[in-house]
Amino acid sequence: MRIRTAATTGLAAAALVVTGLVIGTQVNLLPEDASTNAFAYDSLFQVLFSIGTMLFLGILIVLVYSLVRFRRRPGELADGPPIEGNLPLEIVWTAIPAVVILFVGIYSYDIYERMGGMASFDHGAMDHAAMEHGAMADDVVATDLVRRPRIWGGIGPAAVINDATQPGASSPITVDLAAMQFAFIFQYPEAGITSGELHVPLGQPVQLRMEARDVIHAFWVPQFRLKQDVIPGQPTLLSFTATRAGTYPLICAELCGPYHGGMRSNVVVHEPDDYMAWLAQNTPAAAT
Amino acid sequence: MTVATPRDLEPQLQEPLQPSGWLRYFSFSVDHKVIGLQYLVCGFLFYLVGGLLAGAIRTELVTPLSDFMPRDTYNEVLTLHGTVMIFLWIVPVVNGAFGNYLIPFYVGARDMAFPRLNAVAFWMIPPAGLLLISSYFLAGAAAQSGWTAYPPLSLTTPAAGQVVWILSVLLLGGSSIFGAVNFIATVLKLRRPGLKLMQLPMYCWAMLGTSLLVVLSTPVLAGVLILLSFDIIAHTGFFNPALGGNVVVYQHLFWFYSHPAVYIMVLPAFGLVSEILPVHARKPLFGYTTMVYSIMGIVFLGLIVWAHHMFTSGTPPWMRLFFTIATSFIAVPTGIKFFNWLATLWGGKIALNSAMLFSCGFILNFVFGGITGITLAQVPFDIHVHDTYYVVGHFHYIVYGGTVFVIFASLYHWYPKFTGKMLNEDLGRLHFLLTFIGFNLCFLPQHWLGLNGMPRRVAEYDPTFTTLNQVSSVGALIMAISTLPLLLNVVVTAINGKVAGDNPWNALTPEWLTSSPPPVENWKGEAPLVTEPYGYGRAPESDATGHAQTLEPAR
Repeated sequence: MRIRTAATTGLAAAALVVTGLVIGTQVNLLPEDASTNAFAYDSLFQVLFSIGTMLFLGILIVLVYSLVRFRRRPGELADGPPIEGNLPLEIVWTAIPAVVILFVGIYSYDIYERMGGMASFDHGAMDHAAMEHGAMADDVVATDLVRRPRIWGGIGPAAVINDATQPGASSPITVDLAAMQFAFIFQYPEAGITSGELHVPLGQPVQLRMEARDVIHAFWVPQFRLKQDVIPGQPTLLSFTATRAGTYPLICAELCGPYHGGMRSNVVVHEPDDYMAWLAQNTPAAAT
Repeated sequence: MTVATPRDLEPQLQEPLQPSGWLRYFSFSVDHKVIGLQYLVCGFLFYLVGGLLAGAIRTELVTPLSDFMPRDTYNEVLTLHGTVMIFLWIVPVVNGAFGNYLIPFYVGARDMAFPRLNAVAFWMIPPAGLLLISSYFLAGAAAQSGWTAYPPLSLTTPAAGQVVWILSVLLLGGSSIFGAVNFIATVLKLRRPGLKLMQLPMYCWAMLGTSLLVVLSTPVLAGVLILLSFDIIAHTGFFNPALGGNVVVYQHLFWFYSHPAVYIMVLPAFGLVSEILPVHARKPLFGYTTMVYSIMGIVFLGLIVWAHHMFTSGTPPWMRLFFTIATSFIAVPTGIKFFNWLATLWGGKIALNSAMLFSCGFILNFVFGGITGITLAQVPFDIHVHDTYYVVGHFHYIVYGGTVFVIFASLYHWYPKFTGKMLNEDLGRLHFLLTFIGFNLCFLPQHWLGLNGMPRRVAEYDPTFTTLNQVSSVGALIMAISTLPLLLNVVVTAINGKVAGDNPWNALTPEWLTSSPPPVENWKGEAPLVTEPYGYGRAPESDATGHAQTLEPAR
């Protein structure tokens, strides 16, 4: 009897794990992916979706089974058995969430590091370290950082710098973003372009330096899986590399006033040649 | 303030010239049961107001264009909706209403420790609520910056409405602190002689933990809102970047209260469910000791997770990581509670009545919201979905699917004690069915909307999201309709209900060991000593040979 129960439980658990994995990896709830971050994000999403499905279905099945199997039949007056607890069981279901949480935490840390999230620590908390770090990696970045005030948050340029040191990768394009009620204004400092849309080349790292003019806004591109608040008085940073050409919505994601819902623009990801053409077309002085 | 000890409670607690009959519900009564019901009814009226506001939001979102109401008004409505639902419905009802009604019974006292403070705490709520709602009509414009009131937006929107909002929330926070002090004193100091802490019903522990959170975190909210009001009225620069202020500091201080506020709304619900499940499953609460420790674990962790609301603000990476880990670990004590509830049901004799249906609905909804909560705790995940409809879906699964379902379960469970009449079961099941279907239809699609690019707090959206928004609005309509069987049930039962008797569920917790409704000082004689509030299947008076002969059939 005990063996049968154990076998049934084992089979049910295995079926649950398989179902969770199938649903988590086969059901796609996310929009198109268009950046290196999106790729990392989607693998994290699949893991979380699988684990979540297993936990939810498991609890749903146990609950519905209990309600059916242990319902009080008509005329039944006795109480249930006076079981007040079970220490081994308590230890098991303390350990299960703890192990799941540890696994998820370590995995999402890994993803976060791959996204470049840990890099802005250097820039955010220690300006000097950031400058040295930048100087070693890239002179252009370093001179920018010397001039700039403290960066308060965001996804840092470590991924960008790492990419830049790889053969074949190019140095990051820096774009300044000023957000205001109810528009995004992009400035390309090197080309001298001002634009209401963000134009970036495919496959090349981009570093957005962002600050708001009035209230808090947020820069969100769902296809990039990236968001960062744009804050008045506190510059923030966001780095990404686009991986799919196309036009994607750019959405303000922080309540910023009556027209918050209308504060939208586009991110246009060009093929590298098209991007050069766009630059040439729009650069005021250097257009020759 | 009178400290009521068991000794001097006997003769003269009841003040002279208290109105009797129904009039006492409109008086400055010091009877904890009257105050509890005052909280409940007052909170329910504000729930209807908040529900109308939600209906307005869902009506606006039926079409992608902003065409139902002016954009300013939309922001006023969403601000009022959040504020009313949190500060005037869930927090007062799940703490004030059931806490006041039940805690003195559970500790074996005749009233709360500070009865007059208790009445003061309640009577701060109606004026604060009316003030808040009237700001829409009187001050020209109500607050428009969301219930979070982030500066600098809250400094630039119409000042009068924002100041009235601050004043109202300060009053409600004050009321909450008064209530919490009272609960802590009552649970710790007013226990009947012979009753040990570890023999208390679980709701006492939940209220003790919740009250600690209220006392520790609400003053921080009060402080930050006072500074915000200085910025608005006196043009100081605490949070105004133009004057050298720092907007992110506001967010830290705000969430230092407002994340624990989630536990202030949810822990009492955990406590109430822990009372309801054993009664209707006829089994002891599984794992009492671990349940107590997990409440205290949630209280501790709840205080150190606030910055997970700020992963996309100006927060350095170490802070993002710390708050990811701390937040994730709340899943451990929370998981323990859910597994223990399932173990309580397992092998029981479950009566699937309205109270049980709403409790099980709570378990499912909350587990779902908890799982999406774990995903939101992960920084890289949150960076995509922060401030989107994914978050809106998530927290409605926690506060509505979780706490509000428990409020309804509690209403069906304790209504016989409150009034001496049974609520109608058929109407109760209809109420559950409509609420459960409407709720899931309304909030489940919102997760997809958020993942695919719909930010929250918008009056207009991309037309590709129209269909699911309409599904969501239909769900909201069903939720609105679900209120009707409840109201009908309460009215019909009050006139023509079946008489409940003292203990219709044959429950063992002390509030059932007196008449329904109970007398002014709770017991005619001495307060009973209940050391085993969950002794089902064991205590001789609860098995089939005892007075369980009078047990109602399963419905």
